Order: sequence, then C-alpha cells, then structure tokens
Amino acid sequence: MTDTSLKHTPLYDAHIAAGARIVDFAGWAMPVLYTGILEETRAVRTDAGMFDISHMGRLRVAGPGATTLLQTLTSNDVAALAPSRAQYSLLTNPQGGIIDDIIVYRESAQAYLVVVNASNTDKDLNWIYSHTPADVAIENRTDETAMIAVQGPNAPARVGQVVGNRGLLSLDRFQYATGSIAGAEATFCRTGYTGEDGFEIIVPAGAAPGVWQALREAGVAPCGLGARDALRIEAGYPLYGHEIDDTTSPVEAGLMWVVKLDKGDFTGRDAIQAVKEQGPKRRLIGLTLRERIVPRQGYTIYVGPEAVGEITSGVFSPTRNHSIAMGYVATPYARPGTEVEIAIRDKRAAATVVPKKALLES
Amino acid sequence: MANVPQDLKYSKTHEWARVQGDIATIGITDHAQAELGDIVYLDLPEPGRMLAHDEQFGEVESVKAVSELYSPVSGEVVEANTAITDNTEVVNADPYGNGWLIKVRLSDPSELAGLLSADDYRKFLEEGGH
Repeated sequence: MTDTSLKHTPLYDAHIAAGARIVDFAGWAMPVLYTGILEETRAVRTDAGMFDISHMGRLRVAGPGATTLLQTLTSNDVAALAPSRAQYSLLTNPQGGIIDDIIVYRESAQAYLVVVNASNTDKDLNWIYSHTPADVAIENRTDETAMIAVQGPNAPARVGQVVGNRGLLSLDRFQYATGSIAGAEATFCRTGYTGEDGFEIIVPAGAAPGVWQALREAGVAPCGLGARDALRIEAGYPLYGHEIDDTTSPVEAGLMWVVKLDKGDFTGRDAIQAVKEQGPKRRLIGLTLRERIVPRQGYTIYVGPEAVGEITSGVFSPTRNHSIAMGYVATPYARPGTEVEIAIRDKRAAATVVPKKALLES
Repeated sequence: MANVPQDLKYSKTHEWARVQGDIATIGITDHAQAELGDIVYLDLPEPGRMLAHDEQFGEVESVKAVSELYSPVSGEVVEANTAITDNTEVVNADPYGNGWLIKVRLSDPSELAGLLSADDYRKFLEEGGH
C-alpha cells in the first residue's frame, strides 16, 4: 500500500501551534498563511518575517571532481565562486532549457552545497547522479537539516540579536558564515527571495523548533508561502513552474546574468548561445495594473485584438495597492511602457509593461 | 467556529441577508471571508440590475482564489457598496457590518422562507458546509 500522506518539515508542529493554514506544496504540508497573506507581506516589507523553507532540497556535492561536475551542469561560473560565497544559478538541459533554478554555496575547493526547489529535488538529484563521476559524492542533506529564511529591513538586526553577535551584519549579499543560533550550529547566508535584506539559515533538523521560537520571541513574524509568493512577484523573481521550466530559455527569461557563456562548455551552452544570437521570440516582462483584480497564470495578454502573450504569475501587491504580474509577450511588445490588456475571466484589465525589477516602484 | 449572527438569513453558498422592510442587505458570511483569506477585489453589480434568486451577481477575489457571489433573493439592486472598492479588507474585518456588498429591493418576499436560519446555517457549517 502506498503512503500518500504529505511530508512534514521539522517545524510542522510549530506551524500548527501558531494556527497556520496548511496546504500541499510539492508533497509537503506547508503553511500558506498564519494571520493573513497581506499582513505577512507587509511585515517583511516593513519589519522582519520568517519562512520555513526546510522543504527545499539541500544537496552536498564533494570530491576532486565536484567543481568540474558543477561547472558542467550549471550555467553560472562555479570556478569563480570563492569559499564562503554563494551564487544563484541554473541547472540547464542539453536543449538549453532550465531544469531548475538553484543556489550553489561553495564550502571549500572541493565541496559545495546546492539548494534546489522542493518541487524539483528528485528530478535534480536524478539528473546530477546520472552525470556524477566516481570521484564525487552526492549527499541529500534535506531531511537532516532545516532552513529558515528571515527577511525584512530589520531581519539582520533581529538575527544578530538572537545570535548575540553583530558580526553577521558585515556579511555581503551572497556571502555566508557558520556560527550558532539558539545553541545550534548554523550556516547563515545573506540571501533571500523577497527583495529585502536578510539571512537564510541552515540548522540541524532537531534544532529548528528552538531556533524558530527564539526568532519569534525576538519579534520576527512567521510568514507563509502565500506571502512568500507575493513578495517574490513584487521583487520580479521567477518561480519554477511559472516563469521558468524545462522548455524555457534563460535568454527569454532574462536570466542571462547567471549564464556565463565564456566560462567554457556546459550543458546546453550551444543551444543558449544560438537563442541569444537569433534573439528570443518572446521575453519575460513585468506588468502593472491600475486596479485590484488579479491576473493569474495562463491568462492571455492582448494588444488590441491580437493575443501577444500570457501571464505566468500575478498578485495584488499590498506594497503598491494595485495588482502586478509577470508574463511572456512576443518580443516586439516587450518594451517597457507598452500598453496591453489582460483577459481576466469576462473582463479586460489595462496594464503597462515594466522591467521585472521595477515592479515595486511601479 | 465562525460568527453566525442570529438575526440574519443565510444561503448554502455562504451569503447572508438582513431584511428591513422590502430591502435586503446582502454580504458574505464570516465563514466565507475566513476561507477566502485577504480579499483584494470586488466585482459588484450596478444599481438597477435585476437579480433572480441564486443568480450570480458578482465576484469576490482574494489573494489565492476567486469566488462567485450568488443572490439569496430576487429583486432590483438599489445600491452596491462602492465605498469599500479600494478597501476590500473591510469584508474580512466586518463581513456583517461595513463589509456589506449590495442592497436589493425584494420582488418576492416569500423567498425568505426558503433561506436558512442562523441555526440551520450553523448546522450546515458543522456538517461540512458544502
């Protein structure tokens, strides 16, 4: 008989005790909200909020061949990554599409931690295993560890307060350090998915409830996946399965900043180069509306009578007090300032194309 | 358990009606607003629109979901709560008061007998609310 029940992170009981509404995300029972998505989004924008991201895959890649393996399988330049630094990157396929978007942490000359989307952990592991030479060990560290993202303008100060050491505040973006928090050994990385400052903290699974409690007591608000989605859309960040998937080119997704075509050969390099040279047929753009109705994935984008694209993600932005979205449009319509209409059920909502990173200013 | 005021009538689609004379004020229940989460958008009818019992009169949209609104009564829309169009969170905070949605002049007051009482609606929720 198959066990079809959802997986629990080490913080599941804490979420239940805090009154979270639980949903199925990639086979995990995760909090979508505690007090409300808008309130939690505002908490991160104005103060400090925290997310349980323990469901994300944490894979250790180590050995003499680790650098070569990751250099081959990922789009960014791992050889240029110094120890104690992390980089956003893509696992690419031979067709030049995106298997997953990931963060690679370099521990040492021959050891890395790769953090991947929860929805892709098995797929990514299988892909990496199928390319792993004898001198590289792959270890799935997901179940033995937990991960908490503390985000917001006051997040670094709150974490520093709990740690009892303000040294963390001197870490640069994408730099990381080991230390301890609430008595647990921890890795603190100055990264995040919200557009705010903060840390993503990895601790042993058993220590997670104590760390979560200590952060709550320091005034950090628990925030769920609903707020996380609103925040990352406001920040113009892609979500696998919406803005990117196996068929998406980094060129059209605007992710060439993490594709180092000059680093040497890597999976899909030639295919990506070809799209770059021809120019992509469509581009991922941001859209701002003047009203509150929410554009959702799959809704069609029109210029006049012509369907020119579709929405990949949309949300009511509590920060801007109107709705915003991301979507793909045919390249001629991708210029910021282009006026479009989004078909939302039986209505058309006017929207303006903006750069994805300018959604918060729009 | 959601708040279910004793003096209102209810529908199985989670709308409430408060009747004063021949005017019914209509909104969504506390249960409905809690299920939806933060409401961000309301699509309400224009005054003058004629509604039939159980006809869809609009939409309520939260961050995560869109839900149709069904009229518990037949009649003419005399007012829509346009004051809250830019402040839709009032529907979450005060679903039976300032979060009212439309007022309808009843064309068939006998329909009210077919709506659920507060006790019936409470029981309906306890049994799963579908």
